[in-house]
Amino acid sequence: MNALVLKLLAQRIALALLSVLAVSVIVFAITAVLPGDAAQEQLGQDATPEALAALRTQMGLDVPAPQRYLHWLGAMLRGDLGTSSTTQLPVAELIGSRLPNSLLLAAVTALFSVPIALTLGVASAVWRGSWFDRAASTSAVAVVSVPEFLVATLAVLVFAVQLRWLPALSYVSDIESLGQLLRAFAMPVLTLCCVIVAQMMRMSRAAVIDQLEAPYVEMVRLKGASPLRIVLAHALPNAVGPIANAVALSLSYLLGGVIIVETIFNYPGIAKLMVDGVSQRDMPLVQACAMLFCAGYLILVTTADIFGIVANPRLRHR
Amino acid sequence: MTDRQSFNTLVGSEESRRLFGALQRGATRRDILAMLLAGGMQASLAGGLATTALSVHAQTPRRGGRIRVAGATAAATDTLDPAKQSNQTDYARCNMLYNGLTSLDGSLTPQPALAESFSTNDAKTWVFALRKGVNFHDGKPLTPADVVYSLSRHKDAATASKAKVLADQIESVKATGPNEITVVLASPNADLPVILGTFHFHIVKEGTTDFAAGIGTGPYKLKEFKPGVRSVVVRNDNYWKPGKPYLDEIEFVGIGDESARVNALLSGGMDLVGSINPRSIARIAGTPGFAVFKTQSGQYSDLIMRKDVGPGTNPDFVLAMKHLFDREQMKKTIALDQAVVANDQPIDPTNRFHFAGLPQRRFDPEKAKFHLKKSGITGAVPVVASPAALYSVEMALVMQQTAKGVGLDLDVKRMPADGYWSNHWLNSPVGFGNVNPRPSADIVLTQFFKSDAQWNESRWKSEKFDQVLVAARAETDLARRKQMYADLQTMVHEQAGIGIPLFLASLDGHSAKLKGLSPIPVGGLMGYNFAENVWLETAA
Repeated sequence: MNALVLKLLAQRIALALLSVLAVSVIVFAITAVLPGDAAQEQLGQDATPEALAALRTQMGLDVPAPQRYLHWLGAMLRGDLGTSSTTQLPVAELIGSRLPNSLLLAAVTALFSVPIALTLGVASAVWRGSWFDRAASTSAVAVVSVPEFLVATLAVLVFAVQLRWLPALSYVSDIESLGQLLRAFAMPVLTLCCVIVAQMMRMSRAAVIDQLEAPYVEMVRLKGASPLRIVLAHALPNAVGPIANAVALSLSYLLGGVIIVETIFNYPGIAKLMVDGVSQRDMPLVQACAMLFCAGYLILVTTADIFGIVANPRLRHR
Repeated sequence: MTDRQSFNTLVGSEESRRLFGALQRGATRRDILAMLLAGGMQASLAGGLATTALSVHAQTPRRGGRIRVAGATAAATDTLDPAKQSNQTDYARCNMLYNGLTSLDGSLTPQPALAESFSTNDAKTWVFALRKGVNFHDGKPLTPADVVYSLSRHKDAATASKAKVLADQIESVKATGPNEITVVLASPNADLPVILGTFHFHIVKEGTTDFAAGIGTGPYKLKEFKPGVRSVVVRNDNYWKPGKPYLDEIEFVGIGDESARVNALLSGGMDLVGSINPRSIARIAGTPGFAVFKTQSGQYSDLIMRKDVGPGTNPDFVLAMKHLFDREQMKKTIALDQAVVANDQPIDPTNRFHFAGLPQRRFDPEKAKFHLKKSGITGAVPVVASPAALYSVEMALVMQQTAKGVGLDLDVKRMPADGYWSNHWLNSPVGFGNVNPRPSADIVLTQFFKSDAQWNESRWKSEKFDQVLVAARAETDLARRKQMYADLQTMVHEQAGIGIPLFLASLDGHSAKLKGLSPIPVGGLMGYNFAENVWLETAA
């Protein structure tokens, strides 16, 4: 590893930290301008002026916003995510009960989708223009064009209600064996794979094709290397950057963007927690979730960047 | 029940008792036949009767089994604190763990529960005799101190009780004997036992401030509680109602999405799901092994025409609008027949104080036209509706069509559900509201129609109404009270700026194996009190 690589890495990480800070301001500002506050939402039809005022004081909503922001940021840096304004439970506890579920679902989905997408993508790049390439690309576009709620609902109707092979809901609390895990996750994972495989596959296909058309590959071919070696040892390492970015983007979606899948399968993940938080105007919870999603996204994208830098032979061998 | 009655008339009640006793001890069809034949009965008749006896016996509750139930909401705000219950999932969960002093039956009449009896002379001072030998889940016996604590805490603002308004009429609660408490009210209220039978007034242990353990006197004990995910309860073997509850365990979850709930039921993952849409009835009833349970209740969505601003200040406009409701069509096309036609009176037919003698106001474009002309109102009238008030958007659109026929232009403003109650309800001159079933006639009328009520939706003020309402509250003679409520309903029907087209039903879906459900019109899921009343039939 040389000085240039280290400098690039340090830059990336510093940029990521700066982004987190900027995001925190935006998150706080946006949650502050949302119409209605937690007190109003909690009382709903029962809101009377006195009850509202009492509840606002109880929730600390009567302090000016900038002061609340500094206080909140300071606490966040100390690892204190605050207390949910509607349940009075620590936000860390609420998130802690849901995050493992979301990570598990994301991990299982990644386990299936990433190898499938990369294999298909690289294969279509190698045989570009062939019937295989055309079939794979067309079906990828077709699958990604179907909305996920349709895939999920159809899967439930067919496999749970009609055939009764799989449970209609995904219960993580009942999972004791690998078989149960597969049964509970089969439909959510299938649905999510439909959404993310296509994107990763097309990105890796494009990246590999890009490299295969570069002059140095011509050189390798003239040298007499086998097609397998051309792809795996020469083109792929140079394509890792864009591919890792595509994978990171898709995986970050799995953390916070799976609300539809969580709703249809009643899966207790973190996206649903955040949506509940928004509908109840539980700002500490919403802010913590938003920060978590942004941090997760930045970690993934930065990791992808680091991968790209470290794997890039031109930077490594300078 | 009816089977058993016809059985009694055939073989005589003495014989019947002997047979059922034998069945309960585990007699088989062969034994029953032998018993009947020994009594000199013809073989063919005996065969038929033995079958009837067995099927009646199948209706007697069976002990054991585990069910999974899904309510309609799940959120991190799910609670075990009786004072903070805010939705049907909370009500159902707390009913598994706690009891009130009284409980409400199918006609919303209060029945003794933790109070063995209750009495009053003037509806102001009430004496409740507590049931003896009742224990909390942790073994502590129920004492008057627990009841005093449970009722008094609602009055403390720090509790943030949802029932504070109702509790504020309680002046004092005191233990007046080893098994007796006395409640003194600020003013007479003959409905106190009804109020104490509602969810928020469940009895907890004295001094409890952390409700995470869910210690009550109820039919089930808490085994697991994860807010927003699920609760698991197990049978309380020391429950004070003999023989109850029947199930060993209940797993209770919230599934927010209606179609996910129905799918979960139909795929066999759930035994009972709350709040289903009328559009799902065909799917559930059409699948063998599943059924729909209907509770007709006092829930209504109403058209509010404010009497202080806007066109509602003109009584002829209000009458015109009330005649524009095509109630039959709304019942058929909007509620898909899961409702009964209402008559602009807020007390529904399941309530013991419903006044059936009020002539039904019909859809009458001619009368509407007449009143509209008399009111002199022209131009577009904005009507605010929202999915937050159930069916209000559909009702507004139906009215828009009928209004066109009489030359009235209704401009339907559809608002999002989010924020509807704080921003539009009560603020729009003409708009829709929704009222959930209330346990007593007095509560509906006091909360929504009394001149000084917070939620006096139409700002209708009538001194006479207020006087009769307060007098009816203090009246302990049932017949006189009934007459007073009839007068009140007539006043609302004629004068208030409120149009009530339908009373809506709650629908739940369940597996046919689940038995024992009967409607209690405070809401679906048997008034949210299914847990101690249902049992599972054997798979046969």
